[in-house]
Amino acid sequence: MTATTVDAPPPEVRLPKRRGVEFSLLVGAVLIAVFGYIDVGLTKNGAVPPDAAGYGAGLGVLALLAHLAVRFRAPYADPLLLPIAVLLNGLGLVLIYRLDLETPKDQAAPTQLIWSTLGVALFIGVVVLLRDHRVLQRYAYLSVAAALVLMTVPIFFPAINGAKIWIRVGGFSFQPGEFAKILLAVFFAAYLAANRNALAYTGRKIWKLQLPTGRVLGPIVAIWLLSVGVLVLERDLGTSLLFFGLFVILLYVATGRTGWIAVGLLLAAVGAFVVGSLEPHVHSRVQDWLHPFASIDAGQGPGQLAQSLFAFAAGGMLGAGLGAGQSVLIGFAAKSDFILATAGEELGLSGLTAIFLLYALLVARGYRAGLALRDPFGRLLSIGLASILALQVFVIAGGVMGLIPLTGMAMPFLAQGGSSVVTNWIIVALLMRVSDSARRPQPEHVETGVIAPIVEVDQ
Amino acid sequence: MIRYIRRAAGFCLLLLVALLLNAARVQVFQAESLDDNPANRRKTIGRYEQKRGNIVVDGKPVTGSRDSGEQLRYERTYLHGPLYAPVTGYASQTYGTTFVENAEDDVLSGTDPLLAPLPLWNEITRSRQPGGNAVTTIRGAVQRAAYSGLGGRKGAVAAVEPSTGKILALVSSPSYDPEQISGTGRRVTDAWARLNGSPSQPMLNRAIRQTYPPGSTFKIVTAAAALDTEVVTDIGAPTKTPEPYVLPGTSTTLPNEASGCRDASLEYAIRVSCNTVMAELGVRVGMAGMLDTVQKFGFNDDGLRVPSRVSASSFDTSMTADQLALSSIGQYDTRATPLQMAMVAAAVANGGELKSPYLVDRTTDADGDVASQYSPKSLHQAMNPSTATQLQQMMVDVVENGTGTNAAIPGVRVGGKTGTAQHGTDNTGTPYAWFISWAHEDGDSQPAVAVAVVVEDASADRADISGGGSAAPIARAVMRAALAD
Repeated sequence: MTATTVDAPPPEVRLPKRRGVEFSLLVGAVLIAVFGYIDVGLTKNGAVPPDAAGYGAGLGVLALLAHLAVRFRAPYADPLLLPIAVLLNGLGLVLIYRLDLETPKDQAAPTQLIWSTLGVALFIGVVVLLRDHRVLQRYAYLSVAAALVLMTVPIFFPAINGAKIWIRVGGFSFQPGEFAKILLAVFFAAYLAANRNALAYTGRKIWKLQLPTGRVLGPIVAIWLLSVGVLVLERDLGTSLLFFGLFVILLYVATGRTGWIAVGLLLAAVGAFVVGSLEPHVHSRVQDWLHPFASIDAGQGPGQLAQSLFAFAAGGMLGAGLGAGQSVLIGFAAKSDFILATAGEELGLSGLTAIFLLYALLVARGYRAGLALRDPFGRLLSIGLASILALQVFVIAGGVMGLIPLTGMAMPFLAQGGSSVVTNWIIVALLMRVSDSARRPQPEHVETGVIAPIVEVDQ
Repeated sequence: MIRYIRRAAGFCLLLLVALLLNAARVQVFQAESLDDNPANRRKTIGRYEQKRGNIVVDGKPVTGSRDSGEQLRYERTYLHGPLYAPVTGYASQTYGTTFVENAEDDVLSGTDPLLAPLPLWNEITRSRQPGGNAVTTIRGAVQRAAYSGLGGRKGAVAAVEPSTGKILALVSSPSYDPEQISGTGRRVTDAWARLNGSPSQPMLNRAIRQTYPPGSTFKIVTAAAALDTEVVTDIGAPTKTPEPYVLPGTSTTLPNEASGCRDASLEYAIRVSCNTVMAELGVRVGMAGMLDTVQKFGFNDDGLRVPSRVSASSFDTSMTADQLALSSIGQYDTRATPLQMAMVAAAVANGGELKSPYLVDRTTDADGDVASQYSPKSLHQAMNPSTATQLQQMMVDVVENGTGTNAAIPGVRVGGKTGTAQHGTDNTGTPYAWFISWAHEDGDSQPAVAVAVVVEDASADRADISGGGSAAPIARAVMRAALAD
């Protein structure tokens, strides 16, 4: 090294904050939703719907408030996350609003807008109040305890449509399992960040598989058993699959042990087979998946999955156009579990691909934040949150399109469902927070008295 | 850890690819079979989602669409439903379509590729065009004259333009209003049951779907065969036929209603409608010759479309001589639709050339731009032109001096032939009154119209039923309407 470089001040790397980009994208996202309302109104009634202005303004104000919170409290956060969330939420409102026109007695869009407002409020709350994601690491055990409580509570409430995953108080229904997702992600990330070396390198070796010690492995296995327990007691294949997938992905990322995936898949296969053949509710879902037209052949008319496939097929390449489809034929779950069928029918394969890519972008940005972060907890947390989105989209989209057996889950942001919208807004808020940390310029000098962050050396 | 994050990201990418491939599978590769699944209501809903195109008479639609506000949104309405029912048929959400509604369904419902400005683009978007229109050849005044002429009596009228084959009128009576069965639900099924259960068979299209023994009107066909085969070379010369005529191989004698038929000329036999002469001439022409001629007139052809299917008129292909004799005067198993007999008159009027009859002149898109245009086609040369000229002369003679004077129109050259067809066991049924005719205005290069009328009214006095008395006045009214511009 030459003297000049030693004496010169280190070059200042100023990462762009990109808040202007975010704002422009937000304007675009809100406009797309507003055009969606107008299109629906023109198709259905030949006139611009009078409440389009209300929905548009509502969405616009929410987007603006969220943007302002980000601008002041997380200025380095990824500029794509918020616009994608607003766009998906807006599209969801358009689709629900559109289906509301077919079911005048059952209006879901106004409620969805209220829940979206609550979701954005919580988004702002997280962005403003949570200054550093590492704080969450301290609450790992509190998180898992809360998650367990939330998941077990619905057992004491009556089943709705065959699944015991709701708490219904008055006219309000509420899925506590949705929130448990975030809490579990926090716990997994914290636990694995703390114990990943022990999981990877200790314990006995059987053939090629390095087994960790029971003390380290125990809590994790307990969580897996719990997820199967939730499934059996609440008949909720989707959530259980999601927890399990999340767990395997994080375990793999934390330890780098491919064997874990093999073991995970094996356990999942055994669990799925046992439950799929023994539990009648799940068993019927598997039968529907294998024979979606069985009810037609039996002369009972098309079942929900058949109706959903009809809807997707009717959309074809370019879709029927907003408001021009017939996906309301699907029946009672058209606005919730099957909302994607409306998107497929009215926006076509092209629109559906765009929606999938929006989710993919959201997931990719989460992974990217994970790559850029330096602390293992933050990394695992962002990977975990992004994977929740990815798995959820895959499980529900694959389910309604006949790729895998159908499980009752909500398409993030699109589907009718308050708990789901609120949860997904919190997930995006946490991703904003970690991406802000990931993209924030590193302090040049470590101040005395502060423990230096552990700089990780990749294996 | 970075390496594993990248691999996990790769796993997520794999999930995305699986979703996209699966979406393409369902939305592109399986789309058609899913669309065609009988349990998929979309085709039905889509079909009634937009207004159906119209069937046009005289430049004005005789159909319409009504917004029912139900899942199957637009229902068919009809102006003057009973008048045009034999032309339009019905378009029912419950019972499907018939006649022009059926034949031009692709155009009317908007699925015909001819309606799309860019067919390939349409194929990709799989969108439906606004319903197009079917413009008929029917002339309202002619149709109304025929309908009011029948006046609710059982019967039918077919009128064609001889030089082109345009069908100017197609009437069946009694009729019904197709609007009663347009929609769905109890009222429609009740109306359907009532219409189908009615003894007067209002939904039977007597003009093209019912065959009758043509009686003496068939003698025009026999005369054409006799002239074309040169069994008769001079229409004014005696035919050397006995009276009464004993059917060959039997002891049954065939009587005449008219007098002076012994050894009569063909001209006289047509004028007064001699049974003996025409039966004997038919036997002399022979089975093969008769069959050749009747088929050139369109008998025994079940492929005729106008574009609605026309029931085949029949002439037996193998008969004994006595059966052939009876068939030659339009009895025994000989049967014809009213349209078939109008075609016989038209072929005579048009110099022997029989044009294919047609009902739909053109189809247009919703804006009225032509999608397809029918061009008149020749069906057969039914007879030699010289034979046609002689037959024209004889048919004019019928109207001027013979049994068809009730069809005469002052100042117009009108040719006709009466018929009274026996039917039922031992001929106990009330006879059908027939009249076929054509009108050719002086100074016009082409004949204006050829008409066939059949009246089967059971309530009429038997003596009163004769082609000249019951059917000829209707034919005259129809010809008058066709001649008026």
